[in-house]
Amino acid sequence: MTKKVMTANSAVAEAVKLAKPQVIPVYPITPQTSISEKLAQFVADGEIEGEYIRVESEHSALSAALGASGTGVRVFTATSSQGLMLMHEIVFASAGMRAPIVMANANRSVSAPLSIWNDQQDSIAQRDSGWIQIYVEDGQEALDSILTAYKISENPKVLLPSMVCLDGFILTHTVEPVDIPSSEEVDKFLGKYVPKYAFLDPKNPMSIGTFTDPNYYMEARYQIEEAMKNSMDVIEEVNKEFEEIFGRKYGFIEEYKCEDAEIIIVAMGSVCSTLRVCIDDLRKKGEKIGLLKLRVYRPFPVEHIKKAIANAEKIAVLDKNISFGVGGALYNDMKAKTDGEMYNFIIGLGGRDITPNHIDEIVEKTKNPVKDINWIGLKR
Amino acid sequence: MEIPEEELLAPGHRGCAGCGATIGVRLALKALGRNTVAVSATGCLEVITTPFPETAWEIPWIHVAFENAGAVASGVERALKTQGKSDVNIVTFVGDGGTADIGMQSLSGAMERGHNFIYICYDNEAYMNTGIQRSGSTPYGASTTTSPHGKVSFGEDKPKKNMPLIMAAHGVPYVATASISYPEDFMKKVKKAAEVDGPAYIHLNQPCTTGWGYDPSKTIELGRLAIETGSWILYEIVNGEFKVTYKPQIRKPITDYLNAQKRFKHLSEKEKEKIQEFVNNQCIELGIG
Repeated sequence: MTKKVMTANSAVAEAVKLAKPQVIPVYPITPQTSISEKLAQFVADGEIEGEYIRVESEHSALSAALGASGTGVRVFTATSSQGLMLMHEIVFASAGMRAPIVMANANRSVSAPLSIWNDQQDSIAQRDSGWIQIYVEDGQEALDSILTAYKISENPKVLLPSMVCLDGFILTHTVEPVDIPSSEEVDKFLGKYVPKYAFLDPKNPMSIGTFTDPNYYMEARYQIEEAMKNSMDVIEEVNKEFEEIFGRKYGFIEEYKCEDAEIIIVAMGSVCSTLRVCIDDLRKKGEKIGLLKLRVYRPFPVEHIKKAIANAEKIAVLDKNISFGVGGALYNDMKAKTDGEMYNFIIGLGGRDITPNHIDEIVEKTKNPVKDINWIGLKR
Repeated sequence: MEIPEEELLAPGHRGCAGCGATIGVRLALKALGRNTVAVSATGCLEVITTPFPETAWEIPWIHVAFENAGAVASGVERALKTQGKSDVNIVTFVGDGGTADIGMQSLSGAMERGHNFIYICYDNEAYMNTGIQRSGSTPYGASTTTSPHGKVSFGEDKPKKNMPLIMAAHGVPYVATASISYPEDFMKKVKKAAEVDGPAYIHLNQPCTTGWGYDPSKTIELGRLAIETGSWILYEIVNGEFKVTYKPQIRKPITDYLNAQKRFKHLSEKEKEKIQEFVNNQCIELGIG
């Protein structure tokens, strides 16, 4: 294990190097670009032995990844925003074809208007695709989540692709100290991917991606739902195993000062670091506030969340996305699957800064609510 | 030429009687043998050969979407390479819509990157799977459901996109045209394509009984007429060298071809003369007279 100072994008590239994918089709896009560059350099220096495909679009990046995965090898790709939008069709196809692809998504807002800055609208728009989605808070978590994502996705009880989501610029371009595990440790944890079911081999011919009529389609979709449910146990096992080898502990959620909290703020990604600091300050003023950081958004860990928020009087749900007309996606999931007095705060769209003042405002508006869905930091 | 008896596309698939596409696949697979992986785009062929839980494919086969066969094949090729399986033939079977229209970008990228696979476009000159809509490969004068003839229209008013030359312009080392009605010529080209270290592109003319409007027993005959009238010309471009591979002894009038199909039935003598003139110019240009 070595400790280095690097951006979260570099941490992702380091994780990919350690996971040893055999095919890496990538198309560069801001703010993912340095992942694609770093991986290209690793390949150019012989530090990654896999094949790097300089595809002509994100649609082709994921298509090539899916074709490669179809032969039974480990693959990686990365994207962001418009790239993920272009991939959308194949995002669904990858889950439907049960390919254990791991993809990093540098979270960025979606056009129009065109913006390169951070929010989480891009990956949230893929939430119904059948991918496992993990939102990370820092570079270390980005690296670790890529490694665990492979182990989760490749489990025969799961066989669903995973998307590791890291906030654009806020994480992708921010340098932090990151522990890089040794190759031996990662080999021990991850091993080589050996496909169990469908793969392209002339010695054992199979047809993959067939045409399906109403007699079979629903069953195929139901199996994805079952796999998503199965992934709950697998994620838990994998996190446990990861902790045993690497000493870092990850769950579906992370609770910060929730035990006695009257208000629990629910959020995903880098804003959780801001929230920790703000909560410490608020607590000094006697405010009983806690943070529920949601790491795994799909599968949606209903029971974990329910347990964590059971004793809170009120819940404030932060969304860096908006489903127009009904509020943020996370808020709607929380309303649908858990109980409690909840308010929604749409924040940080298109890279709008989230400041401690905004957090104070959120707490205030949760204590004295006027409406259920609130846009924070909006110029009027 | 010895044509193997073994069929790698099983009978009992759901193609129409007289389907030209499946004849093309059968011939190509006879040329390539079992050590082959096939990639299909969405389209007729995918739908008729893989109605789950059945499949007509005796070799490994993958389909992902309509516009990405070039990219999927790129991934398959590199992945097999990393497994030391570079001896496996990789062949795509993609219709003209999936090639000349929606899949053009993915194909262009794959060819430009130089992936080692054979791309076969089975060209039936319209979107036949969804009921004969016009594609970039629909020929001048053809009536389709989205370029219908009517009171003020004679049907498709543009000549077909020249895919083989577009591929040649990519520097693809082996580009060829072919017809299912000239099986030896086609199979020889598939074998040559397999020997190329790099990409190969074969544009296969393939009559479609429902889309073109003729009796299902006449598929091979229609394919021959396309060649014998000079409407479709058999050639190959090997490392940039152009060579005609079959020259009709006496070129038949284009009306022999047009009048045999419902899609051209509406054309006036004036339009037919225009098409004859277009064919004449093309034949002179490509040196078949």
